[in-house]
Amino acid sequence: MKLISEKGVKRLLMITAFSAISALLLIALFIINEGLPFIFKYGLKEFLFSSDWQPHLGKFGIYPMIVASLWVTLGAMLVGAPLGVAGALFLSEYVPKSVMNIIKPTIELLAAIPSVVYGFIGVMVLAPIIRDNFGGPGLSLLAGSIILGIMILPTVISISIDSILAVPRSYREGSLALGATTWQTIHMVTIKASKSGIIASIILGMGRAIGETMAVIMVAGNSVNIPHSPLDSVRTLTANIALEMSYATGLHRQALFATGVILFIVIIILNSIASVAIRKRMVKK
Amino acid sequence: MLKRILLLSFVFIISLIIWNCGKGKTSITLAGSTAFQPFAEKLADQYMAIHPEVAITVQGGGSAVGVQSANSGAAQIGMADLVKLPEEAKALTATVVAKDGIAIVVNPQNKITNLTTDQVRDIFNGKINNWKEVGGVDAPITVVSREAGSGTRSSFEQIVGNINLKKDALIQDSNGTIRETVANDANSVGYLSHGLINEKIKPLKVDDQECTTESIIAGKYKLVRPIFLLVKGNLEGEIKNFIDFILSSEGQQTIKSNGLLPAK
Repeated sequence: MKLISEKGVKRLLMITAFSAISALLLIALFIINEGLPFIFKYGLKEFLFSSDWQPHLGKFGIYPMIVASLWVTLGAMLVGAPLGVAGALFLSEYVPKSVMNIIKPTIELLAAIPSVVYGFIGVMVLAPIIRDNFGGPGLSLLAGSIILGIMILPTVISISIDSILAVPRSYREGSLALGATTWQTIHMVTIKASKSGIIASIILGMGRAIGETMAVIMVAGNSVNIPHSPLDSVRTLTANIALEMSYATGLHRQALFATGVILFIVIIILNSIASVAIRKRMVKK
Repeated sequence: MLKRILLLSFVFIISLIIWNCGKGKTSITLAGSTAFQPFAEKLADQYMAIHPEVAITVQGGGSAVGVQSANSGAAQIGMADLVKLPEEAKALTATVVAKDGIAIVVNPQNKITNLTTDQVRDIFNGKINNWKEVGGVDAPITVVSREAGSGTRSSFEQIVGNINLKKDALIQDSNGTIRETVANDANSVGYLSHGLINEKIKPLKVDDQECTTESIIAGKYKLVRPIFLLVKGNLEGEIKNFIDFILSSEGQQTIKSNGLLPAK
Protein backbone atom coordinates (compact mmCIF):
# COMPACT_ATOMS: atom_id res chain seq x y z
CA MET A 1 0.00 0.00 0.00
CA LYS A 2 2.71 2.39 1.04
CA LEU A 3 4.78 1.49 -2.03
CA ILE A 4 1.94 2.18 -4.41
CA SER A 5 1.31 5.65 -3.06
CA GLU A 6 5.06 6.29 -3.19
CA LYS A 7 5.07 5.46 -6.88
CA GLY A 8 1.88 7.39 -7.45
CA VAL A 9 3.37 10.52 -5.96
CA LYS A 10 6.47 10.14 -8.08
CA ARG A 11 4.39 9.78 -11.22
CA LEU A 12 2.22 12.74 -10.31
CA LEU A 13 5.24 14.94 -9.73
CA MET A 14 6.76 13.75 -12.98
CA ILE A 15 3.63 14.71 -14.91
CA THR A 16 3.65 18.15 -13.29
CA ALA A 17 7.30 18.67 -14.14
CA PHE A 18 6.83 17.58 -17.73
CA SER A 19 3.77 19.75 -18.23
CA ALA A 20 5.93 22.79 -17.44
CA ILE A 21 8.53 21.72 -19.98
CA SER A 22 5.96 20.84 -22.59
CA ALA A 23 4.35 24.26 -22.18
CA LEU A 24 7.70 25.82 -23.06
CA LEU A 25 8.11 23.45 -25.99
CA LEU A 26 4.60 24.13 -27.26
CA ILE A 27 5.10 27.89 -27.08
CA ALA A 28 8.40 27.63 -28.94
CA LEU A 29 6.90 25.34 -31.58
CA PHE A 30 3.87 27.58 -32.03
CA ILE A 31 5.93 30.76 -32.49
CA ILE A 32 8.35 29.05 -34.86
CA ASN A 33 5.55 27.42 -36.81
CA GLU A 34 3.78 30.76 -37.30
CA GLY A 35 6.86 32.89 -37.84
CA LEU A 36 9.40 30.81 -39.73
CA PRO A 37 7.45 30.43 -43.01
CA PHE A 38 7.27 34.22 -43.19
CA ILE A 39 11.03 34.58 -42.71
CA PHE A 40 11.68 32.13 -45.55
CA LYS A 41 9.16 33.83 -47.80
CA TYR A 42 10.34 37.36 -47.10
CA GLY A 43 14.06 36.65 -46.83
CA LEU A 44 16.01 36.58 -43.58
CA LYS A 45 18.49 39.25 -44.62
CA GLU A 46 15.79 41.68 -45.72
CA PHE A 47 13.80 41.01 -42.53
CA LEU A 48 16.74 41.48 -40.17
CA PHE A 49 18.71 44.27 -41.80
CA SER A 50 16.19 46.47 -43.60
CA SER A 51 15.03 49.46 -41.60
CA ASP A 52 11.72 49.91 -43.45
CA TRP A 53 8.76 48.81 -41.32
CA GLN A 54 5.63 49.72 -43.29
CA PRO A 55 3.16 46.86 -42.95
CA HIS A 56 0.54 48.45 -45.21
CA LEU A 57 3.10 48.60 -48.04
CA GLY A 58 4.32 45.07 -47.35
CA LYS A 59 7.68 46.20 -46.00
CA PHE A 60 8.84 44.40 -42.90
CA GLY A 61 12.34 45.31 -41.72
CA ILE A 62 12.99 44.96 -37.99
CA TYR A 63 16.59 46.19 -37.84
CA PRO A 64 15.66 49.41 -35.94
CA MET A 65 13.80 47.36 -33.33
CA ILE A 66 16.65 44.91 -32.80
CA VAL A 67 19.02 47.85 -32.29
CA ALA A 68 16.51 49.53 -29.98
CA SER A 69 15.98 46.38 -27.89
CA LEU A 70 19.73 46.00 -27.40
CA TRP A 71 20.23 49.68 -26.52
CA VAL A 72 17.33 49.76 -24.07
CA THR A 73 18.59 46.60 -22.38
CA LEU A 74 22.15 47.95 -22.23
CA GLY A 75 20.84 51.23 -20.81
CA ALA A 76 18.83 49.36 -18.18
CA MET A 77 21.98 47.43 -17.23
CA LEU A 78 23.95 50.68 -16.92
CA VAL A 79 21.31 52.07 -14.57
CA GLY A 80 20.30 48.95 -12.69
CA ALA A 81 23.49 46.92 -12.27
CA PRO A 82 25.71 49.46 -10.45
CA LEU A 83 22.82 50.65 -8.29
CA GLY A 84 21.75 47.11 -7.50
CA VAL A 85 25.19 45.71 -6.72
CA ALA A 86 26.19 48.77 -4.67
CA GLY A 87 22.93 48.54 -2.75
CA ALA A 88 23.45 44.84 -2.12
CA LEU A 89 27.00 45.42 -0.85
CA PHE A 90 25.89 48.19 1.47
CA LEU A 91 23.00 46.17 2.86
CA SER A 92 25.00 43.02 3.43
CA GLU A 93 28.29 44.51 4.63
CA TYR A 94 27.62 47.81 6.35
CA VAL A 95 24.14 47.54 7.80
CA PRO A 96 23.23 45.47 10.87
CA LYS A 97 21.36 42.31 10.02
CA SER A 98 18.17 43.39 11.79
CA VAL A 99 17.95 46.50 9.60
CA MET A 100 18.66 44.52 6.45
CA ASN A 101 15.85 42.14 7.30
CA ILE A 102 13.49 45.10 7.07
CA ILE A 103 15.00 46.77 4.00
CA LYS A 104 15.45 43.70 1.81
CA PRO A 105 11.78 42.63 1.78
CA THR A 106 10.87 46.25 1.13
CA ILE A 107 13.07 46.30 -1.97
CA GLU A 108 11.62 42.99 -3.05
CA LEU A 109 8.20 44.60 -2.93
CA LEU A 110 9.34 46.67 -5.93
CA ALA A 111 9.03 43.47 -7.95
CA ALA A 112 5.37 43.21 -7.01
CA ILE A 113 4.46 46.57 -8.56
CA PRO A 114 2.79 45.94 -11.94
CA SER A 115 4.71 47.18 -14.96
CA VAL A 116 1.80 49.42 -16.00
CA VAL A 117 2.40 51.42 -12.83
CA TYR A 118 6.09 51.83 -13.68
CA GLY A 119 5.06 52.93 -17.16
CA PHE A 120 2.55 55.39 -15.74
CA ILE A 121 5.15 56.97 -13.45
CA GLY A 122 7.51 57.11 -16.42
CA VAL A 123 4.96 58.95 -18.56
CA MET A 124 3.79 61.32 -15.84
CA VAL A 125 7.04 62.11 -14.02
CA LEU A 126 10.14 60.98 -15.88
CA ALA A 127 9.23 61.96 -19.46
CA PRO A 128 8.41 65.62 -18.61
CA ILE A 129 11.67 65.92 -16.63
CA ILE A 130 13.67 64.62 -19.58
CA ARG A 131 11.76 66.81 -22.04
CA ASP A 132 12.23 69.99 -20.00
CA ASN A 133 15.89 69.46 -19.15
CA PHE A 134 17.38 67.72 -22.17
CA GLY A 135 14.91 68.40 -24.99
CA GLY A 136 13.42 65.88 -27.39
CA PRO A 137 9.98 64.34 -27.00
CA GLY A 138 10.68 62.97 -23.50
CA LEU A 139 9.31 59.55 -24.34
CA SER A 140 12.68 58.13 -25.27
CA LEU A 141 15.39 55.53 -25.07
CA LEU A 142 16.67 57.25 -21.95
CA ALA A 143 13.28 57.14 -20.20
CA GLY A 144 12.91 53.46 -21.11
CA SER A 145 16.38 52.63 -19.80
CA ILE A 146 15.82 54.39 -16.48
CA ILE A 147 12.42 52.79 -15.88
CA LEU A 148 13.72 49.32 -16.79
CA GLY A 149 16.83 49.92 -14.66
CA ILE A 150 14.59 50.51 -11.65
CA MET A 151 12.42 47.51 -12.52
CA ILE A 152 15.37 45.13 -12.46
CA LEU A 153 16.69 46.46 -9.12
CA PRO A 154 14.85 43.96 -6.88
CA THR A 155 16.16 41.02 -8.93
CA VAL A 156 19.73 42.28 -8.89
CA ILE A 157 19.71 43.28 -5.22
CA SER A 158 18.09 40.25 -3.69
CA ILE A 159 20.12 37.65 -5.62
CA SER A 160 23.34 39.60 -5.06
CA ILE A 161 22.67 39.81 -1.32
CA ASP A 162 22.06 36.07 -1.17
CA SER A 163 25.34 35.30 -2.91
CA ILE A 164 27.30 37.81 -0.82
CA LEU A 165 25.90 36.38 2.39
CA ALA A 166 26.88 32.91 1.19
CA VAL A 167 30.57 33.90 1.34
CA PRO A 168 31.95 32.09 4.41
CA ARG A 169 32.62 34.26 7.46
CA SER A 170 36.10 32.86 7.70
CA TYR A 171 37.09 34.59 4.43
CA ARG A 172 36.21 37.98 5.83
CA GLU A 173 37.75 37.23 9.21
CA GLY A 174 40.96 36.14 7.50
CA SER A 175 41.12 39.34 5.50
CA LEU A 176 40.36 41.55 8.47
CA ALA A 177 42.93 39.70 10.57
CA LEU A 178 45.57 40.51 7.96
CA GLY A 179 44.87 44.18 8.58
CA ALA A 180 42.61 44.94 5.60
CA THR A 181 39.96 47.63 6.02
CA THR A 182 36.26 46.87 5.47
CA TRP A 183 36.33 48.27 1.94
CA GLN A 184 39.52 46.36 1.10
CA THR A 185 37.90 43.19 2.38
CA ILE A 186 34.79 43.86 0.30
CA HIS A 187 36.44 44.49 -3.02
CA MET A 188 39.31 42.06 -2.69
CA VAL A 189 37.61 39.16 -0.94
CA THR A 190 33.81 39.33 -0.76
CA ILE A 191 33.13 40.50 -4.31
CA LYS A 192 35.66 38.06 -5.75
CA ALA A 193 34.13 35.15 -3.87
CA SER A 194 30.55 36.02 -4.79
CA LYS A 195 31.25 37.10 -8.37
CA SER A 196 29.31 34.33 -10.08
CA GLY A 197 26.20 35.05 -8.03
CA ILE A 198 26.41 38.77 -8.72
CA ILE A 199 26.80 38.15 -12.44
CA ALA A 200 23.88 35.73 -12.36
CA SER A 201 21.75 38.41 -10.72
CA ILE A 202 22.64 40.90 -13.46
CA ILE A 203 21.84 38.34 -16.17
CA LEU A 204 18.46 37.58 -14.65
CA GLY A 205 17.81 41.32 -14.54
CA MET A 206 18.81 41.56 -18.20
CA GLY A 207 16.33 38.82 -19.05
CA ARG A 208 13.58 40.83 -17.42
CA ALA A 209 14.65 44.04 -19.15
CA ILE A 210 14.69 42.64 -22.68
CA GLY A 211 11.35 40.88 -22.25
CA GLU A 212 9.51 43.77 -20.59
CA THR A 213 6.72 45.14 -22.76
CA MET A 214 4.08 47.27 -21.10
CA ALA A 215 6.33 49.81 -19.37
CA VAL A 216 8.46 50.17 -22.49
CA ILE A 217 5.45 50.78 -24.75
CA MET A 218 4.36 53.54 -22.42
CA VAL A 219 7.68 55.39 -22.02
CA ALA A 220 9.80 54.71 -25.11
CA GLY A 221 7.62 56.51 -27.70
CA ASN A 222 7.51 53.56 -30.12
CA SER A 223 8.75 55.20 -33.31
CA VAL A 224 10.41 52.78 -35.71
CA ASN A 225 13.69 54.60 -35.73
CA ILE A 226 17.36 53.79 -35.28
CA PRO A 227 18.28 55.97 -32.30
CA HIS A 228 21.08 58.52 -32.74
CA SER A 229 20.97 59.79 -29.18
CA PRO A 230 19.44 58.59 -25.88
CA LEU A 231 16.75 61.25 -26.34
CA ASP A 232 15.35 59.64 -29.48
CA SER A 233 12.14 57.67 -29.33
CA VAL A 234 12.51 53.95 -30.04
CA ARG A 235 10.42 50.79 -30.45
CA THR A 236 11.64 47.49 -29.03
CA LEU A 237 10.89 44.03 -30.43
CA THR A 238 8.42 43.27 -27.65
CA ALA A 239 6.65 46.61 -28.10
CA ASN A 240 6.30 45.98 -31.83
CA ILE A 241 4.48 42.71 -31.23
CA ALA A 242 2.18 44.06 -28.55
CA LEU A 243 1.34 47.31 -30.35
CA GLU A 244 0.31 45.86 -33.65
CA MET A 245 -0.95 42.38 -32.81
CA SER A 246 -4.51 43.45 -32.17
CA TYR A 247 -4.92 44.88 -35.66
CA ALA A 248 -2.66 42.67 -37.70
CA THR A 249 -3.96 40.22 -40.27
CA GLY A 250 -2.37 38.01 -42.91
CA LEU A 251 1.26 38.72 -43.74
CA HIS A 252 1.49 41.46 -41.10
CA ARG A 253 0.46 38.98 -38.39
CA GLN A 254 3.03 36.47 -39.57
CA ALA A 255 5.67 39.20 -39.52
CA LEU A 256 4.87 39.84 -35.86
CA PHE A 257 5.28 36.15 -35.06
CA ALA A 258 8.58 36.26 -36.94
CA THR A 259 9.54 39.18 -34.69
CA GLY A 260 8.79 36.84 -31.80
CA VAL A 261 11.11 34.20 -33.29
CA ILE A 262 13.93 36.75 -33.52
CA LEU A 263 13.29 37.91 -29.93
CA PHE A 264 13.40 34.29 -28.80
CA ILE A 265 16.73 33.79 -30.55
CA VAL A 266 18.20 37.02 -29.18
CA ILE A 267 17.26 35.99 -25.65
CA ILE A 268 18.70 32.49 -26.11
CA ILE A 269 21.97 33.97 -27.43
CA LEU A 270 22.24 36.46 -24.55
CA ASN A 271 21.49 33.79 -21.97
CA SER A 272 24.03 31.38 -23.42
CA ILE A 273 26.75 34.05 -23.50
CA ALA A 274 25.91 34.82 -19.91
CA SER A 275 25.95 31.26 -18.67
CA VAL A 276 29.23 30.59 -20.48
CA ALA A 277 30.66 33.65 -18.73
CA ILE A 278 29.52 32.35 -15.37
CA ARG A 279 30.94 28.91 -16.00
CA LYS A 280 34.31 30.34 -16.99
CA ARG A 281 34.57 32.33 -13.80
CA MET A 282 33.56 29.32 -11.75
CA VAL A 283 36.33 27.30 -13.38
CA LYS A 284 38.88 30.07 -12.73
CA LYS A 285 37.90 30.18 -9.10
CA MET B 1 -17.50 21.60 7.19
CA LEU B 2 -15.56 24.12 5.14
CA LYS B 3 -15.13 21.51 2.42
CA ARG B 4 -18.84 20.88 2.32
CA ILE B 5 -19.61 24.59 1.98
CA LEU B 6 -17.08 24.90 -0.84
CA LEU B 7 -18.54 21.89 -2.61
CA LEU B 8 -22.08 23.16 -2.25
CA SER B 9 -21.23 26.61 -3.61
CA PHE B 10 -19.34 25.00 -6.47
CA VAL B 11 -22.37 22.90 -7.42
CA PHE B 12 -24.55 25.99 -7.08
CA ILE B 13 -22.39 28.04 -9.46
CA ILE B 14 -22.19 25.25 -12.02
CA SER B 15 -25.94 24.76 -11.99
CA LEU B 16 -26.44 28.51 -12.40
CA ILE B 17 -24.22 28.50 -15.45
CA ILE B 18 -25.99 25.51 -16.97
CA TRP B 19 -29.40 27.01 -16.22
CA ASN B 20 -28.42 30.26 -17.91
CA CYS B 21 -27.13 28.50 -21.00
CA GLY B 22 -30.24 26.45 -21.37
CA LYS B 23 -32.65 29.34 -21.66
CA GLY B 24 -32.55 29.28 -25.43
CA LYS B 25 -31.66 32.92 -26.07
CA THR B 26 -30.89 34.16 -29.55
CA SER B 27 -27.33 35.37 -29.44
CA ILE B 28 -25.67 38.00 -31.59
CA THR B 29 -21.94 38.72 -31.54
CA LEU B 30 -20.40 41.99 -32.66
CA ALA B 31 -16.66 42.35 -33.22
CA GLY B 32 -14.29 44.94 -34.61
CA SER B 33 -13.65 48.67 -34.33
CA THR B 34 -12.49 49.76 -30.89
CA ALA B 35 -13.78 53.27 -31.63
CA PHE B 36 -17.36 52.02 -31.90
CA GLN B 37 -17.07 49.28 -29.26
CA PRO B 38 -18.21 51.37 -26.24
CA PHE B 39 -21.21 52.64 -28.25
CA ALA B 40 -22.11 49.14 -29.38
CA GLU B 41 -22.01 47.99 -25.75
CA LYS B 42 -24.37 50.75 -24.66
CA LEU B 43 -26.74 50.08 -27.56
CA ALA B 44 -26.64 46.36 -26.85
CA ASP B 45 -27.56 46.99 -23.19
CA GLN B 46 -30.50 49.15 -24.21
CA TYR B 47 -31.67 46.62 -26.78
CA MET B 48 -31.40 43.71 -24.34
CA ALA B 49 -33.42 45.67 -21.78
CA ILE B 50 -36.30 45.84 -24.27
CA HIS B 51 -35.77 42.35 -25.73
CA PRO B 52 -34.63 40.05 -22.91
CA GLU B 53 -34.75 37.03 -25.21
CA VAL B 54 -31.71 38.28 -27.14
CA ALA B 55 -28.14 38.07 -25.85
CA ILE B 56 -25.67 40.43 -27.51
CA THR B 57 -21.92 40.11 -27.01
CA VAL B 58 -19.59 42.92 -28.08
CA GLN B 59 -15.91 42.33 -28.75
CA GLY B 60 -13.14 44.68 -29.90
CA GLY B 61 -10.18 43.74 -32.02
CA GLY B 62 -10.03 46.58 -34.53
CA SER B 63 -11.60 47.27 -37.90
CA ALA B 64 -9.56 44.60 -39.67
CA VAL B 65 -10.91 42.02 -37.24
CA GLY B 66 -14.42 43.36 -37.85
CA VAL B 67 -14.20 42.70 -41.59
CA GLN B 68 -12.51 39.35 -41.06
CA SER B 69 -14.90 37.98 -38.47
CA ALA B 70 -18.00 39.05 -40.41
CA ASN B 71 -16.59 37.18 -43.40
CA SER B 72 -15.63 34.05 -41.48
CA GLY B 73 -18.82 33.99 -39.42
CA ALA B 74 -16.95 34.33 -36.10
CA ALA B 75 -19.24 37.30 -35.45
CA GLN B 76 -22.66 37.95 -36.99
CA ILE B 77 -21.94 41.67 -37.18
CA GLY B 78 -18.53 43.19 -37.92
CA MET B 79 -17.79 46.79 -36.96
CA ALA B 80 -15.41 48.86 -39.10
CA ASP B 81 -14.50 52.55 -39.05
CA LEU B 82 -12.81 52.92 -42.41
CA VAL B 83 -13.14 55.55 -45.12
CA LYS B 84 -12.95 52.91 -47.80
CA LEU B 85 -13.93 49.33 -47.12
CA PRO B 86 -11.33 46.79 -48.26
CA GLU B 87 -11.89 44.25 -51.06
CA GLU B 88 -12.83 41.47 -48.62
CA ALA B 89 -15.83 43.49 -47.48
CA LYS B 90 -17.39 43.71 -50.96
CA ALA B 91 -19.54 40.65 -50.37
CA LEU B 92 -20.86 41.94 -47.05
CA THR B 93 -23.93 44.06 -46.48
CA ALA B 94 -22.62 47.34 -45.07
CA THR B 95 -24.78 49.76 -43.10
CA VAL B 96 -23.52 53.16 -41.99
CA VAL B 97 -24.73 53.56 -38.40
CA ALA B 98 -22.72 56.60 -37.30
CA LYS B 99 -20.06 59.07 -38.34
CA ASP B 100 -16.95 60.07 -36.49
CA GLY B 101 -14.78 63.14 -36.96
CA ILE B 102 -11.03 62.93 -36.61
CA ALA B 103 -9.72 65.98 -34.78
CA ILE B 104 -6.18 67.30 -35.18
CA VAL B 105 -5.20 68.17 -31.62
CA VAL B 106 -2.42 70.15 -29.97
CA ASN B 107 -1.53 71.16 -26.46
CA PRO B 108 -3.65 74.07 -25.10
CA GLN B 109 -0.45 76.13 -24.66
CA ASN B 110 0.01 76.11 -28.43
CA LYS B 111 -1.10 79.43 -29.95
CA ILE B 112 -1.92 77.92 -33.35
CA THR B 113 -5.62 77.59 -34.16
CA ASN B 114 -5.72 76.58 -37.81
CA LEU B 115 -3.79 74.36 -40.21
CA THR B 116 -4.40 73.70 -43.89
CA THR B 117 -4.59 70.13 -45.17
CA ASP B 118 -1.22 70.64 -46.87
CA GLN B 119 0.35 71.80 -43.63
CA VAL B 120 -1.06 68.77 -41.79
CA ARG B 121 0.40 66.50 -44.48
CA ASP B 122 3.81 68.22 -44.36
CA ILE B 123 3.94 68.04 -40.56
CA PHE B 124 3.15 64.31 -40.46
CA ASN B 125 5.57 63.64 -43.35
CA GLY B 126 8.36 65.52 -41.59
CA LYS B 127 8.65 68.33 -44.15
CA ILE B 128 7.64 70.91 -41.56
CA ASN B 129 9.57 70.33 -38.35
CA ASN B 130 9.19 73.58 -36.43
CA TRP B 131 6.04 75.35 -35.22
CA LYS B 132 7.37 78.71 -36.48
CA GLU B 133 6.97 77.45 -40.08
CA VAL B 134 3.19 77.40 -39.57
CA GLY B 135 3.06 80.62 -37.58
CA GLY B 136 3.77 79.37 -34.07
CA VAL B 137 6.66 79.71 -31.64
CA ASP B 138 10.19 78.54 -32.42
CA ALA B 139 9.96 74.96 -31.14
CA PRO B 140 10.36 71.54 -32.73
CA ILE B 141 7.14 69.68 -33.56
CA THR B 142 6.58 66.33 -31.88
CA VAL B 143 4.31 64.25 -34.11
CA VAL B 144 2.18 61.60 -32.41
CA SER B 145 0.46 58.95 -34.51
CA ARG B 146 -1.32 55.61 -34.15
CA GLU B 147 0.13 52.17 -34.84
CA ALA B 148 -0.03 50.60 -38.31
CA GLY B 149 -3.38 48.89 -38.84
CA SER B 150 -5.43 51.28 -36.71
CA GLY B 151 -8.70 52.36 -38.34
CA THR B 152 -8.26 55.94 -37.15
CA ARG B 153 -4.79 56.08 -38.68
CA SER B 154 -5.76 54.62 -42.03
CA SER B 155 -8.80 56.93 -42.25
CA PHE B 156 -6.64 59.92 -41.34
CA GLU B 157 -4.01 59.02 -43.92
CA GLN B 158 -6.58 58.39 -46.64
CA ILE B 159 -8.45 61.64 -46.12
CA VAL B 160 -5.34 63.82 -45.87
CA GLY B 161 -3.72 61.84 -48.67
CA ASN B 162 -0.09 61.05 -49.58
CA ILE B 163 1.01 60.55 -46.00
CA ASN B 164 4.32 58.82 -45.49
CA LEU B 165 4.69 59.18 -41.75
CA LYS B 166 8.06 60.50 -40.65
CA LYS B 167 10.35 58.00 -38.99
CA ASP B 168 10.71 59.62 -35.59
CA ALA B 169 6.99 60.17 -34.97
CA LEU B 170 5.88 58.84 -31.60
CA ILE B 171 3.44 55.93 -31.84
CA GLN B 172 0.66 55.40 -29.30
CA ASP B 173 -1.76 52.50 -29.39
CA SER B 174 -5.07 54.12 -28.49
CA ASN B 175 -7.05 57.36 -28.68
CA GLY B 176 -6.64 57.74 -24.92
CA THR B 177 -2.85 57.54 -24.87
CA ILE B 178 -2.65 59.98 -27.79
CA ARG B 179 -4.68 62.40 -25.70
CA GLU B 180 -2.40 61.95 -22.67
CA THR B 181 0.75 62.42 -24.76
CA VAL B 182 -0.53 65.59 -26.40
CA ALA B 183 -1.82 66.93 -23.07
CA ASN B 184 1.64 66.43 -21.52
CA ASP B 185 3.84 67.80 -24.29
CA ALA B 186 3.49 71.46 -25.25
CA ASN B 187 5.04 70.91 -28.71
CA SER B 188 3.13 67.87 -29.83
CA VAL B 189 0.42 67.33 -32.41
CA GLY B 190 -1.75 64.23 -32.84
CA TYR B 191 -5.15 63.12 -34.07
CA LEU B 192 -8.00 61.32 -32.36
CA SER B 193 -11.69 60.58 -32.47
CA HIS B 194 -13.81 63.75 -32.21
CA GLY B 195 -15.80 62.29 -29.31
CA LEU B 196 -12.74 62.14 -27.07
CA ILE B 197 -11.79 65.82 -27.08
CA ASN B 198 -11.60 67.30 -23.60
CA GLU B 199 -10.22 70.43 -21.95
CA LYS B 200 -6.69 69.02 -21.71
CA ILE B 201 -6.15 69.24 -25.46
CA LYS B 202 -7.08 71.74 -28.18
CA PRO B 203 -8.64 70.73 -31.51
CA LEU B 204 -7.42 72.75 -34.49
CA LYS B 205 -9.44 74.08 -37.37
CA VAL B 206 -8.59 72.36 -40.62
CA ASP B 207 -8.86 74.59 -43.71
CA ASP B 208 -10.67 77.12 -41.47
CA GLN B 209 -13.38 74.62 -40.53
CA GLU B 210 -13.93 73.86 -36.88
CA CYS B 211 -14.15 70.27 -35.69
CA THR B 212 -17.58 70.50 -34.10
CA THR B 213 -20.69 68.37 -34.36
CA GLU B 214 -22.52 71.07 -36.32
CA SER B 215 -19.72 71.57 -38.80
CA ILE B 216 -19.37 67.83 -39.38
CA ILE B 217 -23.11 67.34 -39.92
CA ALA B 218 -23.13 70.30 -42.32
CA GLY B 219 -20.40 68.48 -44.27
CA LYS B 220 -17.90 71.34 -43.89
CA TYR B 221 -15.28 69.60 -41.80
CA LYS B 222 -13.18 67.33 -43.92
CA LEU B 223 -11.80 64.64 -41.62
CA VAL B 224 -14.86 62.45 -41.18
CA ARG B 225 -15.14 58.71 -41.44
CA PRO B 226 -18.24 56.51 -41.49
CA ILE B 227 -18.73 53.65 -39.09
CA PHE B 228 -20.00 50.53 -40.80
CA LEU B 229 -21.78 47.48 -39.50
CA LEU B 230 -21.02 44.54 -41.76
CA VAL B 231 -23.27 41.52 -42.11
CA LYS B 232 -22.82 38.48 -44.28
CA GLY B 233 -25.81 37.94 -46.55
CA ASN B 234 -29.04 39.92 -46.22
CA LEU B 235 -30.27 41.66 -43.11
CA GLU B 236 -32.89 39.51 -41.46
CA GLY B 237 -34.27 38.31 -38.15
CA GLU B 238 -32.83 39.59 -34.88
CA ILE B 239 -29.78 41.04 -36.62
CA LYS B 240 -31.98 43.27 -38.74
CA ASN B 241 -34.04 44.23 -35.69
CA PHE B 242 -30.90 45.23 -33.79
CA ILE B 243 -29.50 47.32 -36.65
CA ASP B 244 -32.92 48.92 -37.11
CA PHE B 245 -32.85 49.79 -33.41
CA ILE B 246 -29.44 51.45 -33.80
CA LEU B 247 -30.77 53.48 -36.75
CA SER B 248 -33.97 54.41 -34.88
CA SER B 249 -34.17 57.83 -33.28
CA GLU B 250 -33.58 56.28 -29.85
CA GLY B 251 -30.42 54.50 -30.96
CA GLN B 252 -29.12 57.52 -32.82
CA GLN B 253 -29.77 59.65 -29.75
CA THR B 254 -27.55 57.31 -27.69
CA ILE B 255 -24.83 57.62 -30.31
CA LYS B 256 -25.13 61.39 -30.37
CA SER B 257 -25.19 61.95 -26.62
CA ASN B 258 -22.01 59.94 -26.18
CA GLY B 259 -19.89 61.87 -28.65
CA LEU B 260 -20.34 60.25 -32.05
CA LEU B 261 -22.40 61.70 -34.87
CA PRO B 262 -25.65 60.24 -36.16
CA ALA B 263 -25.56 58.52 -39.53
CA LYS B 264 -27.92 60.98 -41.24
